[in-house]
Amino acid sequence: MGKVFAIVVTIITIVATAIFVSHVWWLPPDVSQLGAGIDRQISETMVTSGILFVVAQLTLALFVWRFADNNDQRKIKIFPGGATPMVVGAILIVGAEILALTLVGTKIWASIYVAPADPHSLKIDVQAEQFAYYFRYPGPDGKFGAIHPELIDESSGNFFGLDPAHDTAARDDIVAATLAVPVNTPILLELHSKDVNHAFYAPELRIQQDFVPGLVIPLHFTAIRLTKSEIVCTQLCGLGHYNMRAYLEVMSAEDFKKWLNDQSAQ
Amino acid sequence: MTSPHSSHAAPQSFWRKYVFSLDHKVIGRQYLDLSLVAVTTGMILSWLMRLHLAWPTRAIPFLGALSPEATGGIITPEYYLSLMTMHGTIMVFFVLTTAPFAGFGNFILPIQIGAEDMAFPHFNMMSFWVTFVAFIVLVSAFFVPEGPPLAGWTAYAPLSAVGKDSGPGEGWGQTLWVISIGIFCIGQLIGSLNFIATTLDLRTKGMTLARMPYSTWAWFITSVIGLIAFSVLLPACVLLLLDRVAGTSFFIPAGLVISDRLQPHAGGSPLLWQHLFWFFGHPEVYIAILPGFGIVSHILPVVTRKPLLGPRVLIACMIAIGFLSYTVWGHHMFMSGMNPLSATLFSVPTLIITIPAAIATLLWIGTLYGSKLRFNTPALFCLGFISVFVSGGLSGFFLAQPAIDSYLHGTYFVVGHFHFVMGVAAMFAIFAGLYFWFPKMFGRMMNETLGKWHFILTFIGVYCIFMPMHYLGLAGNVRRYSTFTVDYMKGSIPLHRFITVAALFTGAAQLIFFYNLFRSRFRGEIAPANPWQATSLEWTTSSPPPHDNFGGHHPVVYHGPNEYGVAGREGDYIMQTSPEPEPVAAAS
Amino acid sequence: MTSLSVKSPAAPAQTGVLVGIAAITMSFAAYSSALIVRQGASPDWLHFTLPRVLFFNTLVVLASSATLYVARPRSRATADPAGSGAAVDAPNLTWLYATILLGFLFLAGQIMAWRNLAAQGLTLSSSPSSSFFYLLTAMHGLHLLGGLAGLLYVVYRVRRSSPVRAVVAYKAASLYWHFMTVLWLYLFAILATRI
Repeated sequence: MGKVFAIVVTIITIVATAIFVSHVWWLPPDVSQLGAGIDRQISETMVTSGILFVVAQLTLALFVWRFADNNDQRKIKIFPGGATPMVVGAILIVGAEILALTLVGTKIWASIYVAPADPHSLKIDVQAEQFAYYFRYPGPDGKFGAIHPELIDESSGNFFGLDPAHDTAARDDIVAATLAVPVNTPILLELHSKDVNHAFYAPELRIQQDFVPGLVIPLHFTAIRLTKSEIVCTQLCGLGHYNMRAYLEVMSAEDFKKWLNDQSAQ
Repeated sequence: MTSPHSSHAAPQSFWRKYVFSLDHKVIGRQYLDLSLVAVTTGMILSWLMRLHLAWPTRAIPFLGALSPEATGGIITPEYYLSLMTMHGTIMVFFVLTTAPFAGFGNFILPIQIGAEDMAFPHFNMMSFWVTFVAFIVLVSAFFVPEGPPLAGWTAYAPLSAVGKDSGPGEGWGQTLWVISIGIFCIGQLIGSLNFIATTLDLRTKGMTLARMPYSTWAWFITSVIGLIAFSVLLPACVLLLLDRVAGTSFFIPAGLVISDRLQPHAGGSPLLWQHLFWFFGHPEVYIAILPGFGIVSHILPVVTRKPLLGPRVLIACMIAIGFLSYTVWGHHMFMSGMNPLSATLFSVPTLIITIPAAIATLLWIGTLYGSKLRFNTPALFCLGFISVFVSGGLSGFFLAQPAIDSYLHGTYFVVGHFHFVMGVAAMFAIFAGLYFWFPKMFGRMMNETLGKWHFILTFIGVYCIFMPMHYLGLAGNVRRYSTFTVDYMKGSIPLHRFITVAALFTGAAQLIFFYNLFRSRFRGEIAPANPWQATSLEWTTSSPPPHDNFGGHHPVVYHGPNEYGVAGREGDYIMQTSPEPEPVAAAS
Repeated sequence: MTSLSVKSPAAPAQTGVLVGIAAITMSFAAYSSALIVRQGASPDWLHFTLPRVLFFNTLVVLASSATLYVARPRSRATADPAGSGAAVDAPNLTWLYATILLGFLFLAGQIMAWRNLAAQGLTLSSSPSSSFFYLLTAMHGLHLLGGLAGLLYVVYRVRRSSPVRAVVAYKAASLYWHFMTVLWLYLFAILATRI
């Protein structure tokens, strides 16, 4: 039985590692300027923890294989050096890994979530609701109209609660159900939620951020490749959670201008 | 002399003996029975979820008749979320907290320290029955008009706070959820208080703290963690309940428009709920897993026939984990909208906590070296525990880093991670403990052949279920989705089908366990007092122990629990109660 | 029978109360931090004047701790509580009754404070400050009821003339009661400065 266990652990280790290494299931292509850093961090963590995984599982298998022979006559042996090498080893190896990952990782994190957005960013307001996203572009005046929750009305399509009758800034605001952005342009999203928690998860941009009702949360990115992919919700928001999504379209500057015109014409 | 049992002699009536018993052994078994019911319920819920994920349009036989929410046996999106919420709540609270901690702890801890009972037998009984009521309240949420709750086991506000406007399941179902968890907190607080007082005050002569078995150490540390964690969750539940039923606005901000209705609340903070919840929620992970540390560390020396490597280091690791567990809750909230600077502050202790966990793992693996491993079922489950704990622990390296979490948060990677490290690892420890202590609890041995089959099938099964979830997560597959209609996730459905088949297979393997459990209970081989040749006090008394545990005498302790592999004598171990002198060298 | 499993009969009860105090402290720390976060979360916090009866209540609860101290069993009792019990004095019944009476008086005063607020139109849901006022006072009151139950148990033990157990119960109950007083002083300070 000891050998069976050792063999099973070995097979599991090899198969699991092979699938990770083969990238059969892996991240979708990265289209964002800062995504490469995240991908590198994931790969490095994968390599280091992969090595630890293989070494730990195979050592377990080896010891079980070697010492589960039901030989009650054999004398027991204490691991050379006792507990000290374990403590020192764990502190050094895991400590070094922690230090390395934190130093690099913090920089990547800060560049996306702490650093302020480029002041010339294109600003887009995002309203999340059960179970859709709406994106608002400021229009020619470059200004957003104020949001009045009491005016939000699904049936008339006033998803942001705008008051164009009294608010001049609101009149030319463009609201779309797709997030279209020009390529190589810094984008600043401002996340609002109308009702409960939602999240903005764009795997190809490698970013994620919760919407919290009552807060306006900034999120910035720059897409560097043309794509049409999906934005989905990762924060449980009710029965239609699984179906809450929008398309992200990264376009050339001309296409974006044309798209924006089409939207405002509607 | 006032000792716990002098105030209550062995009871005679059925009710006092088996139902409202003050005996810690009966209460421990009651907790284990409750968690057996709970784990079966939770497992069936997970099969329904898995079946729906793999074949969303296929009707599940009999389900239509059982539940009005699943018309014709097809699970609706909201019913899927309810199943998920109830699965998570039942498993985390009523299985992973009650079985390894309250269940085994109650039965074994007083015996291991040589006490006749817990410090407060009445509180002990109350603690179980309060927990029982909490379970009934939770399960009753399946039968209320607006349906069972669907806000997840984390019940994020405002979805969980605004009431039925926010959709099905958010009416009475969610209210019952909050009440149930509040009651559960009270039960666990009373239980933890009892564990702490018992360990500190009722140790028998010679049972110094240094001589306590590792399982007792683990239960003691767990009860301290639990005392603090549940004292915070209880106020959180009170606040959430008031938001739901009394119109307050602790967690509900102004200007919410839900179901086209402007909500009559203002100014609350949704993040406040998350902070309070995770201040409890992360230590809860260690409430589930630390008893597993103790159980495995207790069993390993017995099955390897040699002392545990670095016993004091191990205890120090458990204490360190207990302390650190209160500094890391924010790693659940990297994407929540809290100040992004604090992400680093929470990330570093999260990564540091892997050091004591890694040391403990190395100590267990190091203990195997040069051992005379006896390959019985408790040994197998301990080895399985080490293996899955390593697998689950390493995936934690990814999630502890905010930069990587920005991609993996909310995906199946997280699901795979916590099921390995908290779910499966804790379950393996529960199984190890059960196969190990069953003879002591019921006076009969469990069947070894069935036990080994149960282990190996379960071990392969859980890897087939939870390892692929990591692949899904890397591909951006989002958790808590009832159906994968999003284009880029459609490709994941074949892997989901594989996981479903593996889950049903693993579930079927548990039938072996149930058969073994019930058969051994009545037909198993009669167990001697010390079937495993172990040193601790529970093995000095008969199987099962008499009402006062030691038959009227108080054991006196002369040794620590780690005296295995002693050379130059007949048995290779020294009982803790044996008055012979300490051996010069435990091993050569 | 020699005692091996129990150091002193008072130990588990004392430890239990101390552990309970730790848990209660933790939960009131959670309420307080919720209060601070909620006050900072949005500008809708309504400051109002605390009902004057609270000052009186504070004196009452302080007095109750004093009377409970006076009720303590005298020197011979504490010398050897684990002994035969023959030479042990029980806690003083009259002062115990006085403490219990003051306890109920305090609760009645808290209810008066609630009625006072309700008369001003301040209800549980009308403002976050009033929500916390009702919540904190109610939670303290609930825990104080537990303390009253403990004191009644001491009285029961004294009247059953089991002085050893009465002394044990007195020690545990009075520890808890004094903690209730301290907790009230803390809450009163929070309410006075924040609301």
